[in-house]
Amino acid sequence: MAYSEKLIDHYENPRNIGSFDKAAEDVGTGLVGAPACGDVMKLQIKVGPDGLIEDAKFKTFGCGSAIASSSLVTEWVKGKTIDEAETIKNTDIARHLALPPVKIHCSVLAEDAIKAAIADYRAKATKKAE
Amino acid sequence: MTAITQIRRNDQPIYLDYQATTPMDPRVLEAMMPYFTHKFGNSGSRSHAYGWEAEEGTEKARAQVAKLIGADEKEVIFTSGATESNNLAIRGVAEFYKDRKNHIITTVTEHKCVLDTCRHLEQQGFEVTYLPVRQDGLLDLDVLRAAITDKTVLVSVMAVNNEIGVIQPLAEIGKICREKKVFFHTDAAQAAGKIPLDVEALNIDLMSISGHKIYGPKGIGALYVRRKPRVRLVPMIVGGGQERGFRSGTLPTPLCVGLGEAAEICMKEMEAEAKRLKKLQERMLNGLRAKLTDIVVNGDLEQRIPGNLNISFAYVEGESLMMGIKNLAVSSGSACTSASLEPSYVLRALGVEEEMAHTSLRIGLGRFTTEHEVDTAVDELVRHVNKLREMSPLWEMAQEGIDIKSIEWAAH
Repeated sequence: MAYSEKLIDHYENPRNIGSFDKAAEDVGTGLVGAPACGDVMKLQIKVGPDGLIEDAKFKTFGCGSAIASSSLVTEWVKGKTIDEAETIKNTDIARHLALPPVKIHCSVLAEDAIKAAIADYRAKATKKAE
Repeated sequence: MTAITQIRRNDQPIYLDYQATTPMDPRVLEAMMPYFTHKFGNSGSRSHAYGWEAEEGTEKARAQVAKLIGADEKEVIFTSGATESNNLAIRGVAEFYKDRKNHIITTVTEHKCVLDTCRHLEQQGFEVTYLPVRQDGLLDLDVLRAAITDKTVLVSVMAVNNEIGVIQPLAEIGKICREKKVFFHTDAAQAAGKIPLDVEALNIDLMSISGHKIYGPKGIGALYVRRKPRVRLVPMIVGGGQERGFRSGTLPTPLCVGLGEAAEICMKEMEAEAKRLKKLQERMLNGLRAKLTDIVVNGDLEQRIPGNLNISFAYVEGESLMMGIKNLAVSSGSACTSASLEPSYVLRALGVEEEMAHTSLRIGLGRFTTEHEVDTAVDELVRHVNKLREMSPLWEMAQEGIDIKSIEWAAH
């Protein structure tokens, strides 16, 4: 399959690989996908006291498009508020990486991963406030 | 042995996909050349030297192919390849005998061209039984025996699987079929020229052969059709009545000559080549096992052609691995390499879990594979598997002792 240069760059030089302590209060973790389907993404955000996402990390089991999609969103969410990060659309990811049609689901998964990480962070924050 | 050690140019990736196709042996090309130029006659022309010369070429080739499988040359017909041979064998037999018998037995791990032919026959009212295989990829003979009824006309079981390289127990299958008076067809596209095959000893009634899997040209194959006891077929391509009426059309003389030459070379060099490939297969597997944990060979390792390895690299998705090992040409059982997004049906039939099927690579070794290429491949694979495991959440969980099966994954 012929992939775009941007996609190949993210695959070959993935940004922000790694993990945060998922128990930490300022960390939100999203784990989406399924091994049986061939894609699993773990996306983590670290939110600063100012409400901005100050860092993001990912680990992905999946094809090159899945790796590139998750690498890209870790770059995109940094410096955004969680509300802003929540507006990232899979179509933006797919367009930026020029994903072929059969790989669109990889961008959907990346969007799901952000949403799941944000939901996890919010759940922790609510619990703390109670 | 041949003096030729390298076919590829240095700027090409290392070719490790010998089950997909093989490069043509230069000796084969040499044998074919005159038939592209001055020996251009139609082998059906009986009235002049051009025709006789061409016929000499095709008939020598027929004898070469026959010799490879222990057949009589009159029992070999040329086709366009194994797909056509499989179509003709299965459909041809089914249609000819349909008034008496309407049941066909095959296995779930056959090549698509066998499975699809059977599906078409089902649509026309034939009954087809698709036998499962064991975890090692081999057919259970008791299961076969139990499936044969008095309506069974044909058993079609591939000799060697194209994905996992396992060799089916042909002699035993042939014996059962002969006892039960059922025709035995085998798709030997991956087996001919690689392992000894004798249609008499194995009781094979029909056998499909492909040119381009045995270092011959693409676009040519053969079908062995037994004469005693006689197997009858309804032809699919009708016309001038060539090839005993089973397959009309002017023979592509250069391709026939190429197939014949390829068969003869395979026969002469089979033993030495198998030994050399076995060493390379061991070198590859030992090299990987020395440096990587959590790798699994799919399919039986002993009942297997030496030119094949099918390995699951746990926690690393196959397509992403292939993207990394750019210098290696291999294929994957991962869904992501297929349009259907389904992982390999062959691996699934072995009971390989879907997540492991996604991590599989098929590595094919062949006549022109060198030790140096194997070593380079091992290095590249190790490097990229490690890199991808470092970024795999599943690998991370496994290292933390988390059982991946204990997690409730959302299907998507």
